[in-house]
Amino acid sequence: MKWFDYAAPGSLSEALGLLERNPGALLLAGGTDLLVQMRARRKQADLLIDVKKAPELNELSLDAGGLTLGASVPCYRVYGNRDVARAFPALAEVAGLIGGTQIQGRASIGGNLCNAAPSADAVPLLIALSARCRIAGPGGEREMAVEDFCVAPGRNALGAGEILVSLRIPAGGAGFGAHYLRFIPRNEMDIAVVGSGVSVRLEGGVVSAARVALAAVAPTPLFAREAGDSLVGKAPDAAAIEEAARLASAAARPISDMRGPAEYRRHLCGVLTRRALTAAVAAAQGGK
Amino acid sequence: MQSKVHVQTTINGEPREFLCEPRQSLLECLRDTLGLTGTKEGCNDGNCGACTVTMDGRVVTSCLVLGVEAAGAEVTTVEGIARGSALHPLQRAFLENAALQCGICTPGFLVAANALLEAEPDPDEQRIRLWLANNLCRCTGYDKIIRAVQQAAREMRGANA
Ligand SMILES: Cc1cc2nc3c(=O)[nH]c(=O)nc-3n(C[C@H](O)[C@H](O)[C@H](O)COP(=O)(O)OP(=O)(O)OC[C@H]3O[C@@H](n4cnc5c(N)ncnc54)[C@H](O)[C@@H]3O)c2cc1C
Ligand code: FES
Ligand code: FES
Repeated sequence: MKWFDYAAPGSLSEALGLLERNPGALLLAGGTDLLVQMRARRKQADLLIDVKKAPELNELSLDAGGLTLGASVPCYRVYGNRDVARAFPALAEVAGLIGGTQIQGRASIGGNLCNAAPSADAVPLLIALSARCRIAGPGGEREMAVEDFCVAPGRNALGAGEILVSLRIPAGGAGFGAHYLRFIPRNEMDIAVVGSGVSVRLEGGVVSAARVALAAVAPTPLFAREAGDSLVGKAPDAAAIEEAARLASAAARPISDMRGPAEYRRHLCGVLTRRALTAAVAAAQGGK
Repeated sequence: MQSKVHVQTTINGEPREFLCEPRQSLLECLRDTLGLTGTKEGCNDGNCGACTVTMDGRVVTSCLVLGVEAAGAEVTTVEGIARGSALHPLQRAFLENAALQCGICTPGFLVAANALLEAEPDPDEQRIRLWLANNLCRCTGYDKIIRAVQQAAREMRGANA
């Protein structure tokens, strides 16, 4: 790695100031993507701004309306927080799926999102959970739906000088269920061949809302809106779920690479979406 | 502009200080600057776990931590695991179960397993395997490592009973 300087600002405003004054700076959270990429010379910086010490990015708090998840909160804090794990079991599960114990000691959900890998495991679930991004920059603050955040492989929608502060995830509550499933050759520590994150809301035995998003089948995590919408107004039975899974598979635009051929990925989209929806429906019915 | 950073930290319970370049990993600082060569380098990209240490109680791969990030933190390396000149129960169990061959993965396994047993004295096999998924071993085939951790867990529970 080339020489860089290091700063660990104690607040968001200090971090924003540093970033504005140093156009060649990059932000460091857990470093599990960034340091690997810098070592491989895929990224360079003259300053790393360690944002982990800013309280705004470290917030993990539940209220009646939902969860505020600071951008640099490491995964172990997400699944280690009993209230969060109870209110958002699918989120806790995905936090326990990224890398292994050591990676989870450092890696953040915000970093997973900002890195904008098509295969990022947390992103489809965040989309399914209707998460919104709180972004701060030189011009003030703005919000964005998480499905609009990743724009190309490794590229996100942040402009110069902007920082992802936190994610806001609305409360699920009764009748709501979510689930993420990925396919990898090992049980852990591998990159998804395909992932599917889903959520359903049931009212009076009928689906009132559903969302499906996919990993590793497009240049960015893919929001398969039609797949979720197809369930609305139906009873969540096998036929309805099968149709949604078919639409997810049709929405996929996979490539062939060393992890799997495109056709295989398309097939997996359907299988994983069907299984994830079945699990989410069971959770929404209070079965889990 | 390019000046080294003075880092004050605690390693294995003792206050330590060192100078490092911001780009140096904690792994490099431990091995090359502080002479704590028990911590090993395997992949240098977070996959193998040979460089595992604990930082403020969490196991981390020290190749993906910057040395400067250790400022004010508490770090434990494999050198901090033995109890004086006596082997830690995990270390003894690794020897007795032949849970190592070349040994390069062993310090990482010891640090990671120790963190598990401190938090959860009675993990089942599945839990141990999952916890140690970030540690790779190319020699033993893992079964002996798992058996060693189970034996140490039994002994440690007995000693604390
Ligand atoms: C061994 C290993 C296994 C892995 N396994 C998985 C896996 O199973 N699934 C998976 O999805 N990923 C996996 N990863 C990738 C990585 O761990 C995750 O993407 C992780 O969530 C990244 O978070 P971080 O906090 O380490 O981010 P960092 O590496 O610190 O940052 C990631 C990127 O986001 C930028 N950034 C960080 N914070 C902000 C912010 N607040 N605002 C704007 N930009 C920001 C950084 O500049 C950088 O470009 C693995 C990595 C390793 C090394
Ligand atoms: S050397 Fe750090 S994980 Fe392999
Ligand atoms: S003993 Fe050789 S890698 Fe584990």
